[in-house]
Amino acid sequence: MRELTELEENTLIVTFKKRFAADILGTVVDRVRAEVTYTIKKEAILGVCHSLKSEPDFKMNALSDLIGAESGESCPRFEVIYQLLAMESRLRLRLRVRVKENEEIDSVTKVWRSAGWAEREAYDMFGIVFKGHPDLRRIYLPEDFDGFPLRKDFPLRGYKDKYNPNGEER
Amino acid sequence: MLVKGNPVEGVAQFTTLDQISQMIRENPVTNAVSSWGRQSSLWPLTFGLACCAIEMMATACSRYDLDRMGIIFRPSPRQSDVMVVAGTMTKKIAPAVKRLYDQMSEPRWVIAMGGCASAGGPYNTYSVVQGTELVIPVDVFVPGCPPRPDALLYAFLQLQEKIRKENPELLRRRGGGGA
Repeated sequence: MRELTELEENTLIVTFKKRFAADILGTVVDRVRAEVTYTIKKEAILGVCHSLKSEPDFKMNALSDLIGAESGESCPRFEVIYQLLAMESRLRLRLRVRVKENEEIDSVTKVWRSAGWAEREAYDMFGIVFKGHPDLRRIYLPEDFDGFPLRKDFPLRGYKDKYNPNGEER
Repeated sequence: MLVKGNPVEGVAQFTTLDQISQMIRENPVTNAVSSWGRQSSLWPLTFGLACCAIEMMATACSRYDLDRMGIIFRPSPRQSDVMVVAGTMTKKIAPAVKRLYDQMSEPRWVIAMGGCASAGGPYNTYSVVQGTELVIPVDVFVPGCPPRPDALLYAFLQLQEKIRKENPELLRRRGGGGA
């Protein structure tokens, strides 16, 4: 556990808020774990990511991970979480975008190519559709798999089929 | 084509392999020899799905040494007699397992190694096949997570026992039985 450094305070909070004031929906600063999280407007995510990568203030040149999540009954149903890293300054930043069911979100594969497989995983598990992804198909599950298993309405033991006699009836 | 004075005159009239193999099977002596041949050179397919495969490799290595029993891993299903399903079988790999099994020629046997291959193990989930039996027929089940090499060795011994006791009627019921 550590405090936020001066650089983190200046770049991730002061500069970021000034630069993207119009796109921020919410801010969470965890000073104990030194983590900064922003909730970003869905329409703005591609622009924000592009700026974060290219602008000298941030230089977020790596996408460590991209995660899909479901937030229960609340609306919007899904979240996409971006874990960013600036290798030079070792700054880390987390972006969060809320996505409604049957809604598309812009793919960030044009900014970080490493987003490709991560977005496929989010699609595979939650059915979140990434607009502009070059090859959006399932990554872990077989192509003919029916349903998105990490959604909360998907039964824990899956549906009954020839390989799974213990599953739930449809 | 009958040659005068041929000691196997009656046999030579058989024209198909099936007839020859049936004759070998129905004679208790030749059947015993044929079964002994099969049980003494079980060639498993080099094929692992998960952590059980590590234990399978350990069984094949020098400490437990499967080779001393004539069990030599083969890299092709065409040359294999036994398939050791070693590990968790997911729904995604199941068609490939079925295909490899179909590529093996009769007679062929299957050992389901470990809890996952036997009945899905702890993975009672959406992505895991709940037992090899749902995909291909199994001869020997090995419990354990993963089974120790001795357990796999014992499974091979059990399979040899099974092959020794195979008779023509059982083989016909299996649908196989080439010599």
